[in-house]
Amino acid sequence: MAQVYFLLLKEHCNMKVAVIKYNAGNIRSVSFALERLGVDFVVTSNHEEIQRADKVIFPGVGEASSTMSYLRDHRLDEVIKTLNQPTLGICLGMQLMCSHSEENNTACMGIFEETVRLFKIDTVKVPHVGWNALEKVGNWLDPSLKDRYVYFVHSYYVPLSSNTVAETNYGITFSAAMRRKNFFAVQFHPEKSAESGVKVLNSFLQQPA
Amino acid sequence: MLTKRIIACLDIKNGRTVKGTNFVDLRDAGDPVTLGALYATQGVDELIFLDISATQEERKTFASLVEDIAKHINIPFTVGGGIRSVKDVAPLLEAGADKVSINSAAVHDPNLIEELAKEFGSQFIVLAIDARKLDNQWTVYTHGGTQPTQHKLFSWAKEGQQRGAGEILFTSMDHDGMKSGFAIDPLRKLNHLLKIPVIASGGAGKKEDFLEVFLLGCADAALAASIFHFNEIPIPELKKYLKDHHIPIR
Repeated sequence: MAQVYFLLLKEHCNMKVAVIKYNAGNIRSVSFALERLGVDFVVTSNHEEIQRADKVIFPGVGEASSTMSYLRDHRLDEVIKTLNQPTLGICLGMQLMCSHSEENNTACMGIFEETVRLFKIDTVKVPHVGWNALEKVGNWLDPSLKDRYVYFVHSYYVPLSSNTVAETNYGITFSAAMRRKNFFAVQFHPEKSAESGVKVLNSFLQQPA
Repeated sequence: MLTKRIIACLDIKNGRTVKGTNFVDLRDAGDPVTLGALYATQGVDELIFLDISATQEERKTFASLVEDIAKHINIPFTVGGGIRSVKDVAPLLEAGADKVSINSAAVHDPNLIEELAKEFGSQFIVLAIDARKLDNQWTVYTHGGTQPTQHKLFSWAKEGQQRGAGEILFTSMDHDGMKSGFAIDPLRKLNHLLKIPVIASGGAGKKEDFLEVFLLGCADAALAASIFHFNEIPIPELKKYLKDHHIPIR
């Protein structure tokens, strides 16, 4: 038994996470959250370093078209698309993993087939900012996250699809979290979502390689 | 459902919280990180740190404080005070702030709102407006509420939205510090006028004031300072009260 724990510990302790560095905000907040969890990570735009990591986090706050052109200029889009290890997109990161965004009519990476849409509902204010609940939580997310609140700030959303693993309602029900193969994604900010956010990050970090 | 937010505001001078507190069990209530972390543990939804330092020398400590806050606090926070340009904002966001609030500088140069929104995105920009009723008109004041301007609250808020502000933080100077409730009528009007969220500030004195500001003032968030600092209304108690009254609260 002791040996099993030792192996688990060893695996966890040797895990290296790469946080992709590019021209987006919020990378610092994600780094601080990983620091608080005691995770060994590196913030990098180096292709080999990203490809070598056990897990990859693709954070993001910003505008879709300028971010996509930055990623293309640095060939980071190709690197992200072809990753085989568990990879987590956060907020704009999740949206850029989709095929297309209505934000300045931007072609994105196409890891998920969905199109990112603008909230166009008269009854709600845009951006959607604040704490909202996770519904129908499944797949890779800790089941205790059902009905828990997480922090959102966004004007565009990903509609529900077969890749949706958690939903949130804001005038319309949209994808709060997604998964396809080794690609994981959340629309909210786990790094800003107090204890619920810690659970989300741990759910991802515990994914087998 | 999106919940209504309770926001605690901390005034900072030379890296320390300004107003006293009566958290007897808190080792250092003058330390913004310690106090902010306490509020986060108590369930506050957001924090605002306003640098009220008078000199550039004092202000220098602010960016490193922001980094310290981001390191230790896992809920969203806004920073403001003395921001005049895109150049002032970059180090604050780089240090880990989620939003910045601008006030006087935006009144003097409204283009600043557009510049900041273009550079960092609207979700980063909170337009803070201090106003009081003057000759039956809600008049905008700058410089900590000392200087009246030509701007009127409603048209200025609308202009702020059009120029790219992501949220409006409205402080009624007539209500601030009175502890007799928020300025319900102008808040209600702002809410109907704007498509961006409105944060109500000034006047919180009891739990009922928060219920009123959400139900009648239609505010998206409510901010208070001293009643939290002096623990007159403990945050968990406030949130329970609002939940019991069917307000969507985290």
